Amino acid sequence: MLRKGIALAALGLAVLSAPAAYAAGGALPPKHVEFSFEGPFGKFDQAQLQRGYKVYREVCSSCHSMNLMYFRNLGQKGGPFYDAKYPNPNDNPYVKTIAAEYQVKDIDSETGDVIDRPGTSADKFPNPFPNEAAARASNGGALPPDLSVMAKARHHGPQYIYSILTGYKNPPAGLKVSPGQHYNPYMNGDVTAAWSGPHDKVPPGGFIAMAPPLAAGQVTFDDGTKSTIEQQAKDVAAFISWASEPKMEERKAFGMAAMIYLIIFAGLLYASYRRIWRNVAH
Amino acid sequence: MSGHSNYEPKTGIERWLDTRLPVVRLAYDSMIDFPTPKNLNYWWTFGGILAVCLAIQIVTGIVLAMHYVPHVDHAFASVERIMRDVNYGWLIRYMHANGASMFFIAVYIHILRGLYYGSYKAPREVLWILGCVIYLLMMATAFMGYVLPWGQMSFHGAVVITNLFGALPIVGEAITTWLWGGFAVDNPTLNRFFSLHYLLPFMIAGVVGLHIWALHVPGNNNPTGVNVKSKEDTVPFHPYYTVKDGFAIVVFLILFATFVFYNPNALGHADNYIPGNPLVTPAHIVPEWYFLPFYAILRAVPDKLGGVLLMFGAIAVLFVLPWLDTSKVRSMRYRPTAKLYFLIFVVTCLVLGYCGGQLPDDHVIPGLSTFRLFDADLNSFVWLSRIATLYYFAYFLIVLPILGLTETPLPQPESISSPVLSHPANAPAGAAASPEKRG
Amino acid sequence: MADTVAGANPDTHAAGDDPNRRDFIHIAAAAAAGGAVVGLAWPFIDQMNPSGDTLALASVEFDLTKVAEGQQVTIKWRGKPLFIRNRTGAEIAQAVKDDGASMPDPQRDEDRHKPGKAQWLVLVGTCTHLGCVPTFGGGDYGGWFCPCHGSHYDVSGRIRKGPAPKNLQVPEYTFLSDTKVKVG
Repeated sequence: MLRKGIALAALGLAVLSAPAAYAAGGALPPKHVEFSFEGPFGKFDQAQLQRGYKVYREVCSSCHSMNLMYFRNLGQKGGPFYDAKYPNPNDNPYVKTIAAEYQVKDIDSETGDVIDRPGTSADKFPNPFPNEAAARASNGGALPPDLSVMAKARHHGPQYIYSILTGYKNPPAGLKVSPGQHYNPYMNGDVTAAWSGPHDKVPPGGFIAMAPPLAAGQVTFDDGTKSTIEQQAKDVAAFISWASEPKMEERKAFGMAAMIYLIIFAGLLYASYRRIWRNVAH
Repeated sequence: MSGHSNYEPKTGIERWLDTRLPVVRLAYDSMIDFPTPKNLNYWWTFGGILAVCLAIQIVTGIVLAMHYVPHVDHAFASVERIMRDVNYGWLIRYMHANGASMFFIAVYIHILRGLYYGSYKAPREVLWILGCVIYLLMMATAFMGYVLPWGQMSFHGAVVITNLFGALPIVGEAITTWLWGGFAVDNPTLNRFFSLHYLLPFMIAGVVGLHIWALHVPGNNNPTGVNVKSKEDTVPFHPYYTVKDGFAIVVFLILFATFVFYNPNALGHADNYIPGNPLVTPAHIVPEWYFLPFYAILRAVPDKLGGVLLMFGAIAVLFVLPWLDTSKVRSMRYRPTAKLYFLIFVVTCLVLGYCGGQLPDDHVIPGLSTFRLFDADLNSFVWLSRIATLYYFAYFLIVLPILGLTETPLPQPESISSPVLSHPANAPAGAAASPEKRG
Repeated sequence: MADTVAGANPDTHAAGDDPNRRDFIHIAAAAAAGGAVVGLAWPFIDQMNPSGDTLALASVEFDLTKVAEGQQVTIKWRGKPLFIRNRTGAEIAQAVKDDGASMPDPQRDEDRHKPGKAQWLVLVGTCTHLGCVPTFGGGDYGGWFCPCHGSHYDVSGRIRKGPAPKNLQVPEYTFLSDTKVKVG
């Protein structure tokens, strides 16, 4: 009975973990790319996060906000500019310099006027647009989504981001692409309505309002890494993954300690249980 | 069995308290001295596991409520603030979110145990009904809790479920507006869901108290389904079952920990990390996994009101189960035919769960188009849901009532302690061989 | 369990075979349970401590050129008012002269500012009596006066008259340059 029950439970879990099939929405499954932070012992690669931040700053931030990010996050443990000498990220000189490069709106405490002042570590990443309407107006009616949790907001987030950025293709003949739209086989969507070819050969993917944002060599990496589109895409995907879950390394480390403790604890309890029940017919 | 209390207060303080409020006596009688059948298997540990789940959810929930902001403009960001800025906020949030799933895994196993071993049968009908009440409260709590982060699934899930009430004739529209506090799911809805989500777990705790009281009157059921005949059939709850339950709880926590620390978003939905937007509906709205079987039943019926009634009916039928099952034999260990139907029932529930997560018109066997039956192809998830729903109700309304009258059960043992007939596999003519743990 | 007489139950008082006896394994299991509770308690306690965004505002930098001589600027620091006072030469001399005077909380003026920076006083603007904000320049000693219960502070921020028990608190601060201080 116990064996049957376990077999049923395994079947159940296997069945319930299946829903990936429809989630893709007609898009190609994301490309296979590995990141240093994956797996139970994964860690962020600080150099990669710095490169990724540079890509975000120089390319993405002109349209995409990261409203949940503060400059001080950059100096936190696990972050791109963490320095063990400055455990408090507000003291981190890189953080302070980066923040000061931006002008932030504030109120003058004496006159009450709206003034600009240099950013501090306590300020948020600047929003490229003052509100949603302005964002849409500048982007042909489309709203560039906020990227703060993008790696968690898409299935296989890091791979998805990488695939979208590197996956742009010329639309196949028979696919009508409206102005302001671009075809991307990795984008969730359905192009059936715009397809005039055979019914059973509808191209995978969907239309995305973002034009291919990356170009080879566009962002120069200070550590000398070759700035290919793939490299930039990988690095910015890693950066967005870090921004989506800055506590990931802490979580996995705590998890290792918790699992070891629980397994030993279970062993002790099992031994205690067997000892107690030793002489009972049951 | 509720009977004479063996508690003897040892110290002066104990004696003083015992004459004024015998709480120590109550604890002793219920959790230390309580005579428990000595043959309980691991399926009986899930009650204790559930109590731990409730405690975890309450403690993590109260702590989260110190930081969460129940306003549509701040809810999503406040949850992310908990994940990023609150010390160990990420741990508490992931424990709470995954704890809800663990709570439902445990409750489904606990219910299936009850179904298999006939724990709902006389004299435990009220115990069973209280359990159904707890299950309903859990579902309400979980539904409201999922709305709070105000992601896309939170918001649109709330829209779908609150719209169900619109199916009720005459009063439906008024009830829905009343639930919303407005013309759509919006800030008033979120605020009241937060208040009720905080309240309901304490109602659950109260009903759990009644549930345990209702259990302690007749005492636990056991895998043989045969009543306890003498002291020889039992062992004191402590240390025999405190330690066994403790072991089972820690194993359960290991499973819990693998989710919390290594795959914390596996049981959720990526769309819920997109801030809720009333103007954009996600491509595939799905509830959390533990509601999928009911979602499948809801969508199986082409009529809105019919779907709602059948969905609630699926839970209602549980309440009357003690009166549907006519078998004089409690445990399905001795009901081989019933065992088979039960197995099919479990598979049916899993199938319903799977169907709930699929698009109704998608093909079950990919690529195979058969013929259109009424509103959909036969090889579609909606038809599979219909067949599974049919069996779900048939099991309770047809199989169990008829089977109890027509089947021939296996011989049951005289008592829990009688070694030879405790397990049907042991031949009565053989020596008193050591009982293997089976069935 | 193969080695039992059929139907045997544990006799909890049988000598040498009592499962309630404190066997090592039971103590170890109980200790592990206790350890788990303590280990898990810490995150739940720590979550109430100031969080990341609160700590980010825990220190503030201030440009001293904003404060004219003889004047004071009040800013908000950690939710409370912070006085930054630019003392005149006469005020400094008076403060030093009063070093030996009798007062409830005796303290020398030079212990209340950074060495070589007697001109600058950085004080938490909360009366040490019950927390009201003292007014600048009032009172009998030219420092501050607390209108709630009549505490008088001198130009060094020391309590001289009234119910307040302690001098105005000097927070942790450093000079990042001659014109910039970091408080906290």
